[in-house]
Amino acid sequence: MLRRASMLLARRPILAARARPFSTDLPAAPSADATFTEAWTKVIPNMDPPKTPLSFMQPRPPTPSSIPSKLTVNFVLPYASELATKEVDMVIVPATTGQMGVLPGHVATIAELKPGVLSVHEGSEVTKYFVSSGFVFIHANSFADIIAVEAVPLDRLDVNLVQKGLAEFTSKLSSATTDLEKAEAQIGIDVHSALNSALTG
Amino acid sequence: MAMAALRREGRRFAPLISPRPITAVRSSPLYPTLEDEGPLGLRHISTQVVRNRMKSVKNIQKITKAMKMVAASKLRAIQTKTENSRGLWQPFTALLGDLPSADVKKNVVVTISSDKGLCGGINSTSVKISKGLHKLNSGPEKETKYVILGEKAKAQLVRDSKKDIELIITELQKNPLNYTQVSVLADEILKNVEYDALRIVFNKFQSVVSFVPTVSTVLSPEVIEREAESGGKLGDLDSYEVEGGETKGEILQNLAEFQFSCTMFNAVLENACSEQGARMSAMDSSSRNAGDMLDRLTLTYNRTRQASITTELIEIISGASALEG
Repeated sequence: MLRRASMLLARRPILAARARPFSTDLPAAPSADATFTEAWTKVIPNMDPPKTPLSFMQPRPPTPSSIPSKLTVNFVLPYASELATKEVDMVIVPATTGQMGVLPGHVATIAELKPGVLSVHEGSEVTKYFVSSGFVFIHANSFADIIAVEAVPLDRLDVNLVQKGLAEFTSKLSSATTDLEKAEAQIGIDVHSALNSALTG
Repeated sequence: MAMAALRREGRRFAPLISPRPITAVRSSPLYPTLEDEGPLGLRHISTQVVRNRMKSVKNIQKITKAMKMVAASKLRAIQTKTENSRGLWQPFTALLGDLPSADVKKNVVVTISSDKGLCGGINSTSVKISKGLHKLNSGPEKETKYVILGEKAKAQLVRDSKKDIELIITELQKNPLNYTQVSVLADEILKNVEYDALRIVFNKFQSVVSFVPTVSTVLSPEVIEREAESGGKLGDLDSYEVEGGETKGEILQNLAEFQFSCTMFNAVLENACSEQGARMSAMDSSSRNAGDMLDRLTLTYNRTRQASITTELIEIISGASALEG
């Protein structure tokens, strides 16, 4: 028990002295949390205020006056960061309104994605992924954040399974009774037909 | 060695000798020692009590060491997942900013804790922060509700905030954590709880010995619109064009829900990592403590043993010299 206490006491000053060089997230300027910190210390003076995500994020560069030559793309999935601040020429995203091409200097946009093919163009090479759905944020400083729930490279898809799935969901739709079942079957059909066109087209 | 053999022989023949009346027990303040009856009426101090304590302390040391190994292996498995999921909440904070001080009427505090104990103080810190947020956001017309994930927070919050608890969810880590499970959970919470702001309280995993209590705020679409109109940090949200959907409001609704499930996923993973790390350090200090205790007990044991041998020798020698002279 005494050792725990001494470890705790020794831990704090060491952490304050070094700027935590081994942590994976770098602290940004926490000026944005000032109101929260003040309000907290007034009401609960004994405890340190909790940290907020802003202190763990690297700040984004401001909007440049001229259009930059490259687009910086962050493509994240729940279980991996596929592309992290990668500089590319163009990306084509499957938005709900259709395939949308994003170039550097694109107007700031928030778009929802539907199941379809995402292609990343860097120089002469093109990488294609099939994304299930998600969001894309295009910021004014030529940063694009693509957040998808699932994404697979196209060569990992099996044509036969896609056809089977499509047939299965079509039959489910015709035999569906409640609205929920109809909606689920419709979603299945949408995804599988998108997969189909991705593989053929 | 010879004494031990004599003692053992004595015990075997004990039933043949008529038992002497048992003398009064002489106990020392720290370790109550009992007096045994030997074969020739010899009295020696028993080391049985100390030996029992040593055995149990050694077992405890083994168990806590094993628990530390188990926690270390679980930590390794879940740490890679957590680090991969860290990119998930950053785009949302980049777009919508982070407004923990937003003034809203209906606050919901989602407290994430562990189901199992023996993990140090992380659950108590989460509960203290949640209660702090409740106090911070109290005022006329404002209300704060709790959604609890995990048994440990439930045990602490049920005691004094029972009427404020909306949902309790336990046994989260029965199956390995994945996004589907967390998104279903997020869906349940969003369906059953009315909210203007959701505050997720969890312990962020900095390193194996450092866990930082963190609160992530997710605002409802109405509050986002309100903050965007009033300018300030979300002021340039209006400059973003919204593609697709019927109205901007619909897209913002989907966005808020997606943001909630993504931040929840990251929060749950970080908390699981912190739990394993805290358990590792708790079990480590516990086994070190048991080792110290074992050392002290061994010294006491040896002293008791030597004292009893000395007593026997003195009695024999004084008996022999009494016979001679």
